[in-house]
Amino acid sequence: MKKFLALFLVLALVMSSLAGCGGTKESAEEPGKTDGPELTVGFIYIGPATDGGFSEAQDRGRQAMVDYFGGKVATLVAESVPEEKQSVKSAAINMIDQGATVIVGTSYGFMDALEELAGEYPDVKFIHFSGNKMNDTNFGNYFGAMEEPRYLAGMVAGLMTKSNKIGYVAAFEYTELLIGINAFTLGARSVNPNAEVKVVYTNAWVDAANEKAAAEALLAQGCDVLEQHCDTTGPQIAAEAAGAYAIGYNLDSRDAAPKAFLTAPIWKHEAFFIKSFEEIMAGTWKPESYYGTMKDGYVGLADMSDLVPADVQAKVKEVQTKIEAGEFPIFVGPIKDNKGNIVVPEGTTLDRAGIWSMNYLVEGATGASQ
Amino acid sequence: MTAFLAAAIIAGTPLLFATLGELITEKAGNLNLGVEGMMLMGAVMGFAVGLWTGNPFLALLGAIGAGALGAAVYAVLTVTLRANQVVTGLTLTIFGSGFASFVGKSFMGVPAPASVKAIFSTMEIPLLSSIPVIGPTFFKQDIFIYFGYLITICASLYLWKTRKGLNLKAVGENAAAADASGINVNLYKYVHIILGGALCGLGGAYMSLVTIPVWQENVVAGRGWIAVALVIFASWKPSKALIGAFLFGGLNILGFRLQSMGIHVSQYLVDMIPYLATIIIVIISTRKSRKEDMGPGDLSVPYFREDR
Repeated sequence: MKKFLALFLVLALVMSSLAGCGGTKESAEEPGKTDGPELTVGFIYIGPATDGGFSEAQDRGRQAMVDYFGGKVATLVAESVPEEKQSVKSAAINMIDQGATVIVGTSYGFMDALEELAGEYPDVKFIHFSGNKMNDTNFGNYFGAMEEPRYLAGMVAGLMTKSNKIGYVAAFEYTELLIGINAFTLGARSVNPNAEVKVVYTNAWVDAANEKAAAEALLAQGCDVLEQHCDTTGPQIAAEAAGAYAIGYNLDSRDAAPKAFLTAPIWKHEAFFIKSFEEIMAGTWKPESYYGTMKDGYVGLADMSDLVPADVQAKVKEVQTKIEAGEFPIFVGPIKDNKGNIVVPEGTTLDRAGIWSMNYLVEGATGASQ
Repeated sequence: MTAFLAAAIIAGTPLLFATLGELITEKAGNLNLGVEGMMLMGAVMGFAVGLWTGNPFLALLGAIGAGALGAAVYAVLTVTLRANQVVTGLTLTIFGSGFASFVGKSFMGVPAPASVKAIFSTMEIPLLSSIPVIGPTFFKQDIFIYFGYLITICASLYLWKTRKGLNLKAVGENAAAADASGINVNLYKYVHIILGGALCGLGGAYMSLVTIPVWQENVVAGRGWIAVALVIFASWKPSKALIGAFLFGGLNILGFRLQSMGIHVSQYLVDMIPYLATIIIVIISTRKSRKEDMGPGDLSVPYFREDR
């Protein structure tokens, strides 16, 4: 019996090694026949790829990019990676082991891990969303001029409000969000000088119930249009329940609250992915600090819903055309902060660096600002 | 003001269900830190069943079933196999959040059917709702919240007015003594752990079906942990759990209300208050050292019959 078993095991071993040989032979012949991907890119998300907001916007960009290249670019995805150096590094190294030569990290907190990796893997390119670190060889970053579509969203809100009170549910009080609030407020007041924007911070990017509660507090103060800079549809649901209007963020989310949804400032990450990966495949890529505008097609305004009357749509589209042509800067002096001080003098237009050093709220916005 | 109070009740209701669930579990001598996970399991299954069948009652059964199933796994591990309760509970939390993301992936951003939402719309209780302040706060709410009041009363009566409740407390205080007096310790533990899980599942379903009737990622967002703290805050009494849940619910939304009125308090500070309050309550109750305000004697101690 034992002999039998030994014989059987030896046979099994021989068979499997033969099968293994066959496998390698086959794959050795393959490359000539089929087109393997030219480039493998690893994507690291902070949340699930279907979170309905931030990570989903990145993932839709990834999908659109893959469709565009039609098999030339393969992707690997790591979802729900926490902002811890070790987690980010192991996710990235795992992808590099699987053949990825480009790593895209999509959360601010991934920055230091990506910087270290860029030093450890000089042949791999690292691209980071929203960060401010880069090097000359293999580490770049990307972000977008979300202030442009936010300005337009502000116009929509300013024209739609009847109480002249607009609510703004924001996640945290720091520069990125202050820029959005300010652009939105300037847009609203450009068409409605009496409009007032009330800001409530929720202290979390993803907390549907709290975002709804914050929205309800704003609605109780008489706000009849809500805008948000946080990642769930909670504010839109609150607005719909109260018979008010809402503007989304990240993605076109009109199905969640169809009776409230007006429009949304959205990301179109594919514009950057397609451009960069084309450059990488052509060998012309250099690390950059990309700042995509509406002109680049990187950020945009979702199609306005039927709740927005035609004359309002026309007014907004007029400015939209100018912004898309690159002829309409958002932050043009004179701009006062909400304490009455002039923060941008007349004749000055804020450049990217000027925009990203904001630490105030403009006149017409009420809320904390750092 | 009444709008704020009514909103506080809504914010506190998921906490109430979860706190009662954890309270009953702890009364059986088991510390289940999987509340967050069971809430998420209940939230996703309640939503999924509601979406598939369009029937709100089946949705609630789905939530109860999911919470109970999570708790049943915990019960097998900690009661029969006597695994470490803290570790098992934490595992359940991690499992539950993964489970919710996994199941919810296909209907992210999808709203609950109108037939499900309709049953949970506001329902005034005649007479009671016309009492000033109290009426609009407590009795102009949805049916789920009234069910919460009912469960609280039932839990109080059960624990202090029935023999089974007395037996349960005996199991939690001193399992060996309870066993000696002929109480089936493991059966009591199993039944109440599973019951507790079912209540946590209901708490989660309140968030996914009533608070935000659109499926979202991580709807529970840490409220399971507040529930664990609330059990201590309530010194293991359902009536105090009700007060605590609504108080914490109110604190949860207080910051937003103040901000919208132009009073700027840091939301970080507001978010700390529930935990700070719990620490203070723990200090006070320890100082008074009244036995009934302390946790069950055998809490988180696995019971080995042979060790007696």
